[in-house]
Amino acid sequence: MQEGKVLPAAQVNRDLLRSILETPRWFWPVVSLLGMVVLAAAVTIGIMVDRGLGITGLNYKVVWGFFITNFVFWIGISHAGVMLSAILRLAKAEWRRPATRAAEVLTIFSLMTAMIMPIIHTGRPWRILYWAFPYDFARGVWPNIRTPLVWDPSAILTYLTSSTLFVIIALVPDFAVLRDRTTGWPKIVYTMLAMGWEGNPRQWKLQIIAGVLLSALILPVFVSVHSIVSWDFGMAVAIKSWHSTVFAPYFVVGAVHSGVSAVVFAMILLRWAYGWQDYIRHEHIDALGRLLIVVATGWFYFLVMEIIFGIYGLEGDELAVRALQFLPGDHGVAYNVWMIIFVGITYFLPVILWLPKAWRRNLWIMSAACISVNVGMWLERYLLFVPGQANKQFQTFTWNDYLPQWPEALIVGATFAFVSMLMLLFSRVFPLVPLYDIKEGDILKTEMQVGRRTVPATFRED
Amino acid sequence: MPNAEHPHKWGMVIDLDKCTGCQACVVACQAENNIPINTKDYFLQRRAYEWIRIERYWEGEYPNIKARFMPVLCQHCENAPCEPVCPVYATYHNEEGLNVQVYNRCVGTRYCINNCPYQVRMFNYWHPNWPARLENQLNPDVTVRTRGITEKCTFCVQRIRRGEIEVEARGGQRLNDERIAGGNYDPACVQACPTNALMFGDLEDQGTAIKPYFDDVNAHPGHGEHDRETRGYRLLEEMNTRPSVIYLKKIDQYPLKGGH
Repeated sequence: MQEGKVLPAAQVNRDLLRSILETPRWFWPVVSLLGMVVLAAAVTIGIMVDRGLGITGLNYKVVWGFFITNFVFWIGISHAGVMLSAILRLAKAEWRRPATRAAEVLTIFSLMTAMIMPIIHTGRPWRILYWAFPYDFARGVWPNIRTPLVWDPSAILTYLTSSTLFVIIALVPDFAVLRDRTTGWPKIVYTMLAMGWEGNPRQWKLQIIAGVLLSALILPVFVSVHSIVSWDFGMAVAIKSWHSTVFAPYFVVGAVHSGVSAVVFAMILLRWAYGWQDYIRHEHIDALGRLLIVVATGWFYFLVMEIIFGIYGLEGDELAVRALQFLPGDHGVAYNVWMIIFVGITYFLPVILWLPKAWRRNLWIMSAACISVNVGMWLERYLLFVPGQANKQFQTFTWNDYLPQWPEALIVGATFAFVSMLMLLFSRVFPLVPLYDIKEGDILKTEMQVGRRTVPATFRED
Repeated sequence: MPNAEHPHKWGMVIDLDKCTGCQACVVACQAENNIPINTKDYFLQRRAYEWIRIERYWEGEYPNIKARFMPVLCQHCENAPCEPVCPVYATYHNEEGLNVQVYNRCVGTRYCINNCPYQVRMFNYWHPNWPARLENQLNPDVTVRTRGITEKCTFCVQRIRRGEIEVEARGGQRLNDERIAGGNYDPACVQACPTNALMFGDLEDQGTAIKPYFDDVNAHPGHGEHDRETRGYRLLEEMNTRPSVIYLKKIDQYPLKGGH
């Protein structure tokens, strides 16, 4: 049975809506700081569009650098939403409840951020309309459906649409609570968003059916999105370290690894910022920590498999790339040192921190572990993509290296500020911990005495 | 008798035994195809590019050492890995066996560059600039490419087209059964090569000098390469890209002591 006390519904409303009905004193300074970083990056993107990609560190050999790394990283983060809300919902894991909405919202915002990356990384971003959306039907210029670059936008836009629907359906009952507690123009907006929600049994039934249905429908998207993103690399025949069939499951598991870690960190931050100790409790963080041990170990298995598959064929050019990745040498960037750091901070350090129960319940240790995972997963993508390009084939004459320049670093850093800013703004307008879901959990938790035995007072039929 | 559907199939043979690494082909290509001047900045940024490059490898240790040269240009693969990955069909195979690049369509995803095993596709990181006087020598037959797109060797398609136009003008009608004669369409690199290491021709033309090499290599592909009668081979044959460029092995008269 779950720990924690059952709170009265009125207190749940009061606590969780406080972030919306009152502005914390730190809120605007933090948002403006993040906004300034985002603005600086927007100016940099403007300069990049104006002057050309020459201001980045990309060269004639390494043509996909920081931006594509960051793209895959944010796509990975977006996998937390479905993992937590859809899979755990279907698995009836009770401890997911306070985390679901933060995870779904993080999904949407990280997908939006991820989509910016490949667009600004193209040579002529204003031409994106030709192949991503909308298609240039009128002139018969069809996109080439054989390329993963056309599968990407369709997969990501499907994922974005379904995640948005998922969030909206879960938000409707909470909009109704907000409608009843606001005045003036916010009330008008929330009234429209609540779409006439009264909380009658029929509406609840439809809402639950829609949620379960979407959970099930979103699962294939969950698997396919990162698989398709991985095929951007797996389909590239000319780059030995990319041309691997194991990429799809490897990327999906890695995405869950970094995504769930990011959600845990976001939840700890929100708990601290808004004082939600009664809702995001140690037991939830503990349960997520246990889940993460499993996911991390799965990811580690695929990491090792990917390397073994790579060297199994003993092809000279593949071995050359692997040597660049793992062995010390006289090349510019010491990839082998980064490789050791990356495996250490992505697997060994966090898993050791997650193993003892007391450490899983220590928020500082959990935060450190989750940040470490995400730094490591970012490095993972970088170390997967760049050495393969730098060191492409047998013809050693063209081997090259890559050093990112300040515009790339600034834009990549600003994506983190962008997602944080959007999350903060969202938490000011919509409840970031689902009210009705918490209440539902509380009701399911209620027990009653039947004779000498204690039994659950209610149970769900779905 | 020319093939009606595929009137031409352009191909090149590069004889490494004749190549001296003089870079004349590189300069000729640079001038013919309006390729920007590779300044010191471009080199330091590692963005200097050429459509044909001379790869230089050292064999042996000083002082017992030899330089080996290999001109590498777009191989115009029959099974080109760059073509299926372009989202906008900016690169495709035309009916003459050329791997063509449509600059107008290119959006600059650079996937084709990553998927090219020969590393001959080049990205324009900066807008191309020439010193004022050099702008007067730009070739009017070749587009000046803007920044943000990928470009590569075209087998000097403008010269092929000019050859066709000249034949058509002589015959007074559209080119159908009259073949344009060899030499009317040689790419700039072939024309400039002082040792005739580069040979260009039409594989649909039975009389062309390069055809025997292609026939030989095609008859003994992959694992049968030891049965070949000529010195011909294709670059990175194991990738099955089927290039339209054949290299002829160097036969070293004075091999390095202890070398191979």
